[in-house]
Order: sequence, then structure tokens, then C-alpha cells
Amino acid sequence: MELVPILSAMRRNKVGAIIIVVQMAVTLAILCNALFIIEQRIAWSERPTGADERNVFVIINQWVGDPTNLPALLQADLAGLRALPGVIDAFASNSFLLSNGGWSYGVDLMPDQKESTAQAARYFTDEHGLQSLGLKLIAGRNFNADEIADLFGVNDQTPAVSVIITKALAEKLFPGKSALGQSVWIANHAANIIGIVDRLQVPWVDPSVAKFSDYSILEPFRYVASGLYYIVRTQPGQLEAVLKAAEKELFDLNRERVLGKSRSLTEARVEAYKDDRGLAVILGVVCAALLVITAFGIVGLTSYWVAQRRRQIGIRRALGATRHAIVRYFQTENLLIAGAGAAIGVALALSLNLWMVNAFAMQRLHGSYPLVGAIVVLILGQAAVLWPALKAASIPPELATRAA
Amino acid sequence: MFGYYCRLGLRSLKRNMVLTALMIAAIAVGIGACMTTLTVFRAMSGDPIPQKSSRLFSVQIDNWGPDKHAGGGADHLEFQLSYIDAMGLMRARAAKHQSAMYATRLPLRPADARQKPTKVFVRAAFTDFFPMFDVPFKFGAPWSASDDEARAAVVVLTKDTNDRLFGGANSVGKTIRLDNEPYTITGVLDDWRLLPRFYDITLRPFGDGDAIFLPFNRAIDKHMGNVGSTQCNGDADPGWEGRLKSDCVWLQFWAELPGEIDVQKYRAFLDNYAAEQQKIGRFHWPPHTQLRDVMQWLQYMKIVPSEVRILILVSFGFLLVCLMNAMGLMLAKIMGRAADIGVRRALGASRKAIFGQCLIETSMIGLAGGLFGLLLTAAGLWAARSLLTKEFVALAHLDWADTGITVLLAVSATVLAGLYPTWRAAHVQPAWQLKTR
Repeated sequence: MELVPILSAMRRNKVGAIIIVVQMAVTLAILCNALFIIEQRIAWSERPTGADERNVFVIINQWVGDPTNLPALLQADLAGLRALPGVIDAFASNSFLLSNGGWSYGVDLMPDQKESTAQAARYFTDEHGLQSLGLKLIAGRNFNADEIADLFGVNDQTPAVSVIITKALAEKLFPGKSALGQSVWIANHAANIIGIVDRLQVPWVDPSVAKFSDYSILEPFRYVASGLYYIVRTQPGQLEAVLKAAEKELFDLNRERVLGKSRSLTEARVEAYKDDRGLAVILGVVCAALLVITAFGIVGLTSYWVAQRRRQIGIRRALGATRHAIVRYFQTENLLIAGAGAAIGVALALSLNLWMVNAFAMQRLHGSYPLVGAIVVLILGQAAVLWPALKAASIPPELATRAA
Repeated sequence: MFGYYCRLGLRSLKRNMVLTALMIAAIAVGIGACMTTLTVFRAMSGDPIPQKSSRLFSVQIDNWGPDKHAGGGADHLEFQLSYIDAMGLMRARAAKHQSAMYATRLPLRPADARQKPTKVFVRAAFTDFFPMFDVPFKFGAPWSASDDEARAAVVVLTKDTNDRLFGGANSVGKTIRLDNEPYTITGVLDDWRLLPRFYDITLRPFGDGDAIFLPFNRAIDKHMGNVGSTQCNGDADPGWEGRLKSDCVWLQFWAELPGEIDVQKYRAFLDNYAAEQQKIGRFHWPPHTQLRDVMQWLQYMKIVPSEVRILILVSFGFLLVCLMNAMGLMLAKIMGRAADIGVRRALGASRKAIFGQCLIETSMIGLAGGLFGLLLTAAGLWAARSLLTKEFVALAHLDWADTGITVLLAVSATVLAGLYPTWRAAHVQPAWQLKTR
């Protein structure tokens, strides 16, 4: 190979080569980490909640004043909602999926446990909850109507006697054995696990809940409070019409209430993950811009080198070098520079990730990212160098004979 | 001479428009990306109350003990107080001003009874809240200390709320209905926005805030539940009374301490308070308390999301690439003119003169890059606003300081990147250039 002349030429153009190496290294480091973040955020924002999201909507209800007959009002509302045409089922709860606000507690395996075995989200539901959300019961049974008690607001600490938990929580609490029929301890009260659902996400969407994002508990309570959520599942395709009818129905039943902004779970998802998607889009644009800018930088500097060496190239051509050899010369040169850039870039990418792991509790970069990034950068270099290299190859050999 | 160099620079830039445009574009894109993230960051990490942020303190008391601990920081302190402790501190009145506070949401009935009620954020606080945070009043005044004691049905409205309910007229003395009970208005605030709303950052610290204020004791009497964070460490008795007697933490507490001595005194007071609680058998651990001023508090509560920090990092890396790019192009451009420079040197121009002239040329590129960068920053902020939630970017806008920083950053970064090419230009050997001609 013609490495020796390439290296000695490069030694005369150190700064130009260094500039390209730095650009490629930084580009690679940012590219790897940005793609990694994008991939993670997208994956995070697309996790299934376990509910039939497309056909479920939520109404945020707040009673005005301090109505004394809340349980009756609640029953009337639920009966009204369930009777609407197009409604599959409905229930009232303290929290809803993708709302980013809810209740949680520590779940223990014995009384007076110092460190809880797991953190879990609480959802209150009557016997209609599973059907209203479209959850999949994989073991045990649903609550019976006679198991449901009234729970009065935030400060009511009535313990649940029986609970339905998610598969993920069951596996965390009782690894390797069936959780069905076992007891868990919640605030020093025992509760019997009567059912297990395949999946039900916690209401929070921040990545900081990743540790327990599928640990949820359904408790057999009708949530009787001044502020609560009605969660309604409709026949496919009827959500919008039913939502309007439902709001009207509630006001027809009783005007003494304030309804927050009702939304489908699909809308709730878009809202909940807006920042994750936004970050992914911004990082994507930055990555694309970086690649373009780096490519232009390579084109610019290589063109300059070609212009600088016109005479030498002419001489080489006159001495018998083929056009192909000239192109290969610039390609090899770029490969050497890009290789150095990629090597430094991989190291930079890994240390940048390490720093982010410490500073932002990010995950470790998967080994494939630097590898793919390095390949992308090498291909980018080859593509960018092609045009100036072809221009160099078209320098006529007669140039050598002319005075500069 | 300066004018002549500027003209020379312009001419040289005009000679190769494509190269010049590429350089300016590279710098503008880099600066635009950087300034977009930096503007968001500056807006988020700014001082919400610069005139007294070092005199306002958030109070923390460890009422759970070293064994139990919720989400808080590594220092084993909860970031809010229990009702028992907040009332203990309120009774002592050991600071110049102090207030326990919490947010609640209540239905507000419009004067027109046919309209549907709306839900508003209401803050329960003591009258000290207003002088402590320098809250400006347009009409009327805060409720009195005796209103606090008497649990009076009085409210203070924000300007927005007053505009909405009374069309901006002086509404002092009139009543509004909150949760079906009448409240008399004692005052209306003037424009008042804290960004971030440091005194309670559990609730959208950059979003819309409290619409109405009412006496804390009144809210407690009426069992107004809190919105925001509530953390309990075990069994509490049921009902509202149970909540008040529990060690659940759900109240914010701020104190104004004008001088260093006051701060020391208050620290001692807090430790005394905790020691007393230990003596009466409520705490089974030595006093563990903390005071943090506004800026320390915002840092402690990690108010700037890690996303913003990641974006800053990425954008500065991006700027580095853009500058490297511009540097390469400048090198190419200046070395392409080696012959010209050789002639000028031979005609008597000193190295310093060549250096100065090239410096002016790079500054001009930087300036142009900065101006275009400014446009791109505005575009970037617009894009960020549509891509991210209000929590991130509602408050980010370009002010004069940002504009200045942008242009300065662009020029200095470009000059820095141009130093090497400029230095090379100044060291062109005239004889050698003339010979090859």
C-alpha cells in the first residue's frame, strides 16, 4: 500500500487532519449517546399500560360544596354512565393510567418490616374495574360485588382485605411460586391476593419510577370523595360520541360539579410523554445536522488539500499513476483520519455515557452503539471524500509540465 | 486603518461566497443550537426573587428518624413538614416572617349563577406570606394577623383572577363563593410571577400558579385537602384529625431571616425544637434540621430537569464540531490566499498588520454567524415550545442579555477558532510565495 507517502503528506498538514479527527470524534460521541437516549425514550413512551387504551376515557369530577350524600351521588353517576349506549363499563377511582399523579405505598411480606419489599401504586375499584379498563385477568378471580366497601377520601385509611395485583408485582413478591392466595402486608395490615392481572402500569410516567413501573395493586373500594375520576370503556370507535354524552349525562344528573378536561387514554399518553418525544425529535435533528456539518467539513478540507496538491497530483499522473490510484489515495487518507477519529470517538462516547450514568442516573451504553456509530462515521468520511477525490483524479497529467 | 481592514475583509469574504456562506452557516447553526438550550437553562435556573433570595429559608426537620425515609434526598430529610411541626414553628414565631402553607383546589362559583363553577388553585397561608415574598398589591391589603387567629373567611385574589371575575375593577370588600361558602376579598395582587415558584415546587413550578389565597387556619378548619405531595411513614388515624396528628409531611414552611446572626439563631432554635421533641418522646433520635435559602433550595430540589442539562451538553458538543468546521474552512481560505499575503508582506506589511487584518476578517464572520445564530435561536425556541411541555419552555424567551451573550459567544468562539489560521497567515514567507509565483 501507499501508506508511507500518505503519512508523510499528512505530517505536513497536521492541523487539517486533527481538525477532521476532532470533528469525527465529537460527532461519534454525540451520535452514540443521542441515539441511545432516543431509543430509550421512545421505548419508555411506548410501553403498554395493560388497558384497552383506544376505547377508554377519563372524566375528572369534583363536587361543589360538601354534599352529604356522596355515596348516593356516586352510585347515581355510575349507574347513569353504565346505562349510556356505547358504554361497555365504567367505574370510579382515585387515579388513572398516564395521569402522572396517584398514590403509592410500600408492600411488605410480614408485619413490622423495616424496608418494604416493593413500592406499588394503588388503584381503587369496584367489581367493574377490570372490564372498564379491559385488563386481562391471568389467575384467580375478580372482586365480588359484596366485597366492595366505600372509602371516604384521602384520609380514610381502611385497609383492604383482598387485593388483585399485577403479574410483575407477584413475581417480585413471590419469585418462583404462585402469589395467588398469599398474603401481603400493607401498612401492617394483611391482605389476601385473590387475582392477578397480566399488566397494569402505575400512573406515573417519569423514568424515575422505572423500578416499579408495573407494580400496581387494585383494592376493592368505591372511592367516595369530592374529587375523583370516572373511567369509562366504550365500544370500539364510539369514544368521542360517548364522551360528549357522558359529560352531558353527568350534568343532567347533578349540576353541582366541576368537570376537568376529559380525555381518552390515547390523549393522556400523548400528553404524558410529550417531553420524551420532544427530546427524541430534538436529538434526532441535532444528529442529522451534525452528520451534515461534519460531511461538509470533510469535503471542504479535502478540496483544499486537492487544490494545494494539484501540481503533485499532476506529476504523479504523469509518472503513470492511474485515476483510480489518485482516488484511492484520498480514500485511504480519509480512512486513516476517520479511523483515528472513530477510535477517539468511541472512547469519548463511552466516557460521556459514564459521566451521564453518574450525573443523571442514565443507563449504560449498549456496546453496539459505539460500533454502529464508528461504522456510520467511517462511511460518512468515505462518502464525503468521494467528490473531492474524483476532482483530484480529473487533474490532467499535463499539469506537471506547465509552470505553476 | 480599521476601516481599511474592514473593507479588505469584506472584499476577501466576497471573493469566495460559497466558502464564506458555509463558514457563516456552520457558526450560525452551532450558536443557534447552543443558545436555544442555554436560554432555556438560564430561564429555568434563574433567581425568582433576586432582591431577597438569600434571606428566605425553607425549613426541614427530620420527624421520621434515621430508619424510615421516603423519596427525599440522601440527607434523610423530608422536603416538607408535618402539621404538628409546622404549627410548633408558627407558635414560636422565631423568625421575622414565617408561614406554613399548602395548595388546595376548590370550585369557584362565578357571580353569574347560570355559569358552571370552575376549579381553581387556592393557597392556604399565613398573612406573613405577603410581606415575606414582597408580594405587590394593586388594591387593598393582606388579611390581618387577627384574621389568621379568627379563621376568618377572607381571600386575596391574584390580578388574573380579579380580571376574570370582576373585569379588573377594585373588588375589595366584595365576596366570592368558594366551595359554596362566601369569602370577603381583602386585597388584589398586582402582576406577580415567580419563576420558578420556589415556595412549592411540587406543583408545576413553571406553570400556572395559585389563583386565590386564604388563611391557613381557615383551610384546616374546613378540611381542605392538599394537592401536591403527601408522604406518610406508617399508620395514621383515619380522617382529617388523624392527618393533623400524624407524621405525614405535606406542608411547606418558609421563614425570612434578615441577617447572618438571625440565621444562626434560627438554626439553634430549630435544633432546640427538635431536642424538645426528643425529650417529650416524639423523636427517638438527635436533632436533625436544615435551613436552605432559595437558590440552595432550588438546587437541592433539582428544579432544572436532567433533559435540559443533556441538551446543553449535546449542543456545546455540536458547537465544537461547528467551530472545528469553520476553522478548517478558514484555514483553507486563508492559505488559499498565501500568495496575496506574500505580496503584501513583501510590500512592507508587518506580521502584526496581517494578523490584525485576518482577525478582523474572522470577527466579521463571527458577527454574521452570531446574527444568523440569533435568528436560529429564536426559531429553536419556537420549535422547543411546540415540541416540549410548558414546564420546560414557557418562560424561555430571548432578552437583551441573551442577545448579547449570543453575539459575544459567536464572535469570541469564531476568533478563537480563527486564531490558528490567522497565525499561519501571519507567518507566510514572502520570499517563498513570491518565488513560486
